[in-house]
Amino acid sequence: MSHASLNVEIGRIRDLAPGIREFSLRRNDGADFPVFSGGSHTVLSLPLGDRLHRNPYSLLGDPSVRDTWRIAVRLQETSRGGSRWLHEAAREGMRLDISAPVNLFALNRTGRRHILVAGGIGITPILSQARELARLGADFEVHYAYRAPEFGVFADELEALAPGRIHHYVQSRREQIEFGSLLAGRPLGSHFYICGPAGMVAASLNAGKSLGWPDSHLHSEQFLAPSGGEPFDVKLALSGHTFSVPSDLSLLEAIEQQGVDAPYLCRGGACGQCELEVLGAEGELIHHDLYLSADERASGTKIMPCVSRLKGGCLTLNL
Amino acid sequence: MTLAFKPDETFRDDYTYRNSPAAIRRFPFPFHQDQYMYSVNMEPHAGGPAGSVYEHAFDIDEHYIAEMRDRAITLERDPGRCVSLPHMMDAEWDTLELLMESMARDYPDLFVLKKDGERWRWVNKPLGIDQSFTFGDAATLPCPPFEYITRQTQGDFVIMDQRNNDLFADAGMITSQADWSLAFDVGMSFMEWHGPVPLAHELGVFERALKYLLMLQQGRPVRRLNWTMTINPRLDTAPETYPEWGQDRASVTPENVGPKVHLRVELQTLFRLPRSNGMLFSIRGYLASMEELATYPRWAKRLNRVLGSLPNELAEYKGLVRYRQTTLDWLARHDDGAPLAVGTQPE
Repeated sequence: MSHASLNVEIGRIRDLAPGIREFSLRRNDGADFPVFSGGSHTVLSLPLGDRLHRNPYSLLGDPSVRDTWRIAVRLQETSRGGSRWLHEAAREGMRLDISAPVNLFALNRTGRRHILVAGGIGITPILSQARELARLGADFEVHYAYRAPEFGVFADELEALAPGRIHHYVQSRREQIEFGSLLAGRPLGSHFYICGPAGMVAASLNAGKSLGWPDSHLHSEQFLAPSGGEPFDVKLALSGHTFSVPSDLSLLEAIEQQGVDAPYLCRGGACGQCELEVLGAEGELIHHDLYLSADERASGTKIMPCVSRLKGGCLTLNL
Repeated sequence: MTLAFKPDETFRDDYTYRNSPAAIRRFPFPFHQDQYMYSVNMEPHAGGPAGSVYEHAFDIDEHYIAEMRDRAITLERDPGRCVSLPHMMDAEWDTLELLMESMARDYPDLFVLKKDGERWRWVNKPLGIDQSFTFGDAATLPCPPFEYITRQTQGDFVIMDQRNNDLFADAGMITSQADWSLAFDVGMSFMEWHGPVPLAHELGVFERALKYLLMLQQGRPVRRLNWTMTINPRLDTAPETYPEWGQDRASVTPENVGPKVHLRVELQTLFRLPRSNGMLFSIRGYLASMEELATYPRWAKRLNRVLGSLPNELAEYKGLVRYRQTTLDWLARHDDGAPLAVGTQPE
């Protein structure tokens, strides 16, 4: 699926903390950016050598500022190139294609109270959600956890949005969010939103569930980076392509390199848009996504090629 | 296309609504083949041939002024035909922005939108409106933003709120519906709202449609056609006014099929809304009488075959059992039985 894309120029690059950079983007055609809702992201197409690498980043700025979009990128230790390129090769004035906004982490507008939790760089969608809640005059609070004082990069911006409603947890001071107490005794109509490291997200959701929170009131966002793995072979039944997926490419990227137009949206295992039907698998499907249900995984007939792979011989897809 | 409006035609009492030859020619005839069944028949709403109903995001035609007057009459009698739940205010402004920007862009001779920051000025020439207001401040408009702009746009509108992997019909302006009640349906989830539709649930149509719509992207609207039949060119066929129009179904005779029985086609379009992450569902209705359609023999033949083979559950649901046979007898006179190629074109 080809996407409505926007051509932008990197405006300003700011180093916010060791390993965290903020980028301001401007449209090349001078038109306004589209308005977006709190929690939205855009997908950047990054020129890595001879291929395009697509990564999703949350839009953290004010959606009423129509001439600039802002994203923040943390250098991933295990980067396959995306965040490393943005930290080492990107320069002000460079041009990129990015997607229209997509929101997989929207606020529930019927909520009576909103509890927002950010861990580290997970602050980016939480910041835009907090901005939206402040604009709406909603009842909300933010809990912001980071490694050391210098990593609380958006603390001032948050404080300005909601004075007195921002709670800080600094790991170097041995401060930690206790989800059991944070989520206990909350009134009906409360909604919980978290973006952060996988372990933190899992701990919070488990705490919520054991306290009797309904799934529909627990919201989380995680973008998975494709983790690479062993190479395997692929056969596309409809188009007739056969090829190998090398260890440093995702299945989706390898399909795209064949010139086959495959659907996608978030490229992080969350949205479900890239789901493909498995016609045959010589080996084990290694599911990394957050989308397929346990039953769907067990059926062995579906795969999310943006993050998942095959361990074994040949994978045959209905594409 | 320059539009010659027909401001005095009526959709009630004396029913003077008629289509010009040009309007008949652009009628969105929905039947590609001789049988009809539900499907997820959605496609990108990315324009269409010049002059067609698909050309612009929101189609304005010769019936614009008369339809807006009929809406005002219906709202005067029953203000509950426009509803918006309290959490929908961002979606209301999203809708106003989308409709004003689209109409001013696509029909610059009819509508003008000027912006100075949040200070907007909207000029609607056909309806003689010139309104300055502050975007985002409902107190600067004579009524709430969704009602304001949908009193000036042809077609019914629902705004759906997206939450919990579902779509909820949390706002609507519904004055020309095919016998469903906004007051009853408002706040319902996607499956609840479509609950009464026969056969389609078993086909998995709604499950697939919902999954597709949840991923609808900004700037990439989609469309589909739906259809039913209406006796007399009446817009207000709501359950609330059933006593006024229900009995008309028994008034069809072999002599009056041509002018009285109408095919009613809905061009349904869906747009992702930017601030609210909601979805605007536009239901743009077109009415054409049997004799208007029969000016193109191909359409009369096709309709004869579709109506003749329509499953009883669907005929029942669409409320056309009572006059189906009489209509078929009339259409059969226009059908020589020759095979028709696939396609909806008039000629």
